[in-house]
Amino acid sequence: MIEERFEFTSAAKKRILTFLVAGIIALVLGIVLASTGGHHAEAGAHEGGHGAFHWSTRILANLWINNVYFTGIAIIGLFFVTIQYAAQAGWSAPIIRIPLAFSNWLPYAGVLMLGVFLLSGHKLFHWADHSVYEVGGAHYDAILDGKKAFFFWPLTDHPNIPVFFLARMVAYFVIWIVFFQLIKKYSQQEDINGGDSYWYIIRKYSAMFLVLFAITSSTSAWDWVMSADPHWFSTMFGWYVFASWWVTGLALIALIVVNLKDAGYLKMVNSNHLHDLGKFVFAFSIFWTYIWFSQFLLIYYANIPEETIYFVERLKSDKYAPVFFMNLFLNFVLPFLILMTRDAKRHAMFLKIVCTLVIVGHWFDFYLMFTPGMLKENGGFGFMEVGLFLIYGSAFMYVMLNGLSKMGLVAKNHPMLEESLHHHI
Amino acid sequence: MQVVSSVREPLITGGKSVADVTQDICKQVEGKPTKSWFAALTVSLMVLAFGTFCLLTTWWEGIGVWGLNKTVGWAWDITNFVWWVGIGHAGTLISAILLLFRQRWRMSINRAAEAMTIFAVLCAATFILAHMGRPWLFHWALPLPNTFGSLWVNFNSPLVWDVFAISTYLTVSLVFWYIGLIPDFATIRDRAKGKIAKIAYGALSMGWTGGAKTWSRYEAVALILAGLSTPLVLSVHTIVSMDFATSVIPGWHTTIFPPYFVAGAIFSGFAMVQTLLLITRKVFKLENYITIFHIELMNIVIIITGSIVGIAYITEFFIAWYSGVPAEQYAFLNRMFGPYWWAYWSMMTCNVISPQLFWSKKIRTSIAASFILSIIVNIGMWFERFVIIVTSLHRDFVPSSWAMFSPTLYDIGDYMFSFGLFFTLFLLFAKFFPVINMAEVKSIVKSTSTKD
Repeated sequence: MIEERFEFTSAAKKRILTFLVAGIIALVLGIVLASTGGHHAEAGAHEGGHGAFHWSTRILANLWINNVYFTGIAIIGLFFVTIQYAAQAGWSAPIIRIPLAFSNWLPYAGVLMLGVFLLSGHKLFHWADHSVYEVGGAHYDAILDGKKAFFFWPLTDHPNIPVFFLARMVAYFVIWIVFFQLIKKYSQQEDINGGDSYWYIIRKYSAMFLVLFAITSSTSAWDWVMSADPHWFSTMFGWYVFASWWVTGLALIALIVVNLKDAGYLKMVNSNHLHDLGKFVFAFSIFWTYIWFSQFLLIYYANIPEETIYFVERLKSDKYAPVFFMNLFLNFVLPFLILMTRDAKRHAMFLKIVCTLVIVGHWFDFYLMFTPGMLKENGGFGFMEVGLFLIYGSAFMYVMLNGLSKMGLVAKNHPMLEESLHHHI
Repeated sequence: MQVVSSVREPLITGGKSVADVTQDICKQVEGKPTKSWFAALTVSLMVLAFGTFCLLTTWWEGIGVWGLNKTVGWAWDITNFVWWVGIGHAGTLISAILLLFRQRWRMSINRAAEAMTIFAVLCAATFILAHMGRPWLFHWALPLPNTFGSLWVNFNSPLVWDVFAISTYLTVSLVFWYIGLIPDFATIRDRAKGKIAKIAYGALSMGWTGGAKTWSRYEAVALILAGLSTPLVLSVHTIVSMDFATSVIPGWHTTIFPPYFVAGAIFSGFAMVQTLLLITRKVFKLENYITIFHIELMNIVIIITGSIVGIAYITEFFIAWYSGVPAEQYAFLNRMFGPYWWAYWSMMTCNVISPQLFWSKKIRTSIAASFILSIIVNIGMWFERFVIIVTSLHRDFVPSSWAMFSPTLYDIGDYMFSFGLFFTLFLLFAKFFPVINMAEVKSIVKSTSTKD
């Protein structure tokens, strides 16, 4: 019962490949449509000195959205595992290998993030455009000039390469990957040698990781997400991004557990464990909404133009206003109503529906964080967006499931396993 | 079947049996009050008497007796209010959120923590009444028709949201606390020898029979109340934070305030629980129920929430710089290096730096260190509110109206009133009510106690 191993079958690989091919087809279709018509007509209207809008920027923005979104899911996997150890949780013992496997994506995420930024950061991030720092120049921007040290230090006086920004990016991934490898290593050693000692070691590293993640989750959100609207600021923003990442990760954990169970794995997991996963998705959907609402209300109420611009861009735009409301509907109204009853949280069918909604919904949440700032009114939702989401999604699933198949599906010597077997709520 | 992992530490020590639990807790209620209890009550009543004099004077003379001035229109009153409301978060957090998270260690501490919550919220309410100036018109804060002499309330004002949030919170916490007490009152009733005790505890236990059906309903109600309390406990300090954050005052208007205030409230609430329980366990000899492990876990909650608060401080400070808004930048520099620098650095030291000592296992399992640090945290949290309120107000938009605030006897005396009230109520509770939830602790005696 506890000696389980996930087998990454060729059928499963084929299914992932199908999604990948579908994604590539959609992307190509999107590119063909964009390059042969449609957007060119609008391009002339945006002569802000940065040249006319080219559809390739939309692809770059999409790469960035997916980079941040899937990096979030990958690191939330490790965050979930470490929380379980730090809080001495017992119920989750049979499923912790699944979130742990999420973090296998981190090295790829790091390379993609760094690569996309180095190749085209200046097209996506207004602050990375050197001309805004030329005093007396046509594009000089005093506000950005005031905060350039955050990106360019120690080259503050000659802002050519955002050294500080890049160093932070590398540091986040290095820290996260090191802790992932450590915890994975000890967890696998526990499988072989048994005993309680590994649990204590992992708990120690979990506490250390959590401290570092408490800082890096906020700072990475400022770096990668908030700076896409470089004039705008909100102290809540780091926690907002975290809340979005966290609930997405929880939904994916639940979805994968339910599907593995359907496939005959995870025999220890019963409706009590599903109930707990459902509670997490339910509770943190509300938490995300709480953070969303607090940020919105305070900005709306104080009505300071420097701050309201963020919501004005999203609400007074025919392109983004529908997404704005859909975001709340998918990520709050539906999970809140569907998962409210006890029975809904205990049935695989409801979890499958809600978790899919939440996973897609939070992709739109990130879409909405980036697109208006990066693309202004040139953004859109079409084949390109669907295609790249499918490409990233299938790559993530491949890496994750591949990682999962390389360790025991259940941490068979976990000291809490017995408690979890008798888990009843 | 309850299975307990080998890595879990025992929650009850000393090889206690179910009968021991009843005996150990009830004997405090049944015995004669000790001399030290009388001494403590006397001191509390004296403080309360002096505070009452100051409060009545405040109402008689008007709030002009406070040190408020043209720029600093809120000072100790709102500082004390927020401080007490914050403290009043721990009880419901322990009994509701920790119940939902199935944290069994909460069972030894939830009763006292909930009592503390209710008394703290009452103390907070005192300052709302005090700063109204004319407390006999307090019903004007409610949406009553104008025929009551009031004006229709402004629903746009977060102060009105506060009225609803706090009164709801107080009501639900009170109901939650009382329902939890009923089975224990019945136990005391069944053991009572004196006539008055029989009648009093008989009435308090509301005819509790202890039947299976009664228990099943009791548990259902507890779960529903926990579900209701969880959003409530978060909403209270969220709305308190909005009293400040909906404004456009630099240092007040910042979006992180709601969750940061909630974290700060839990931080100070746990510190106060720690202070009170360290005394209670010693005086009532409850070391086998409130163990070093409980103390350690509470210290861990303190370090986590303290660090969250620390991150929020640094976030505010960073964003003030990053925003490029000169008024914001000045507000934070003024906090650090302006005339109230000592308040800012007291806050930083007490809230962010000193709790980090709890990373050391030796310190967080030391009773003396826990006691001292828990008091330091509460001093720090008082300074936090003082810093937010007074240093943001004392240098107005117009430099000609810049001013400093200094408290008068009545600012201090009204604060003392709340201390007198709080400790009087807590001492009465500790003597006449069971300080540990016997019924709940009994449910884990078998599975989580040491057998020595």
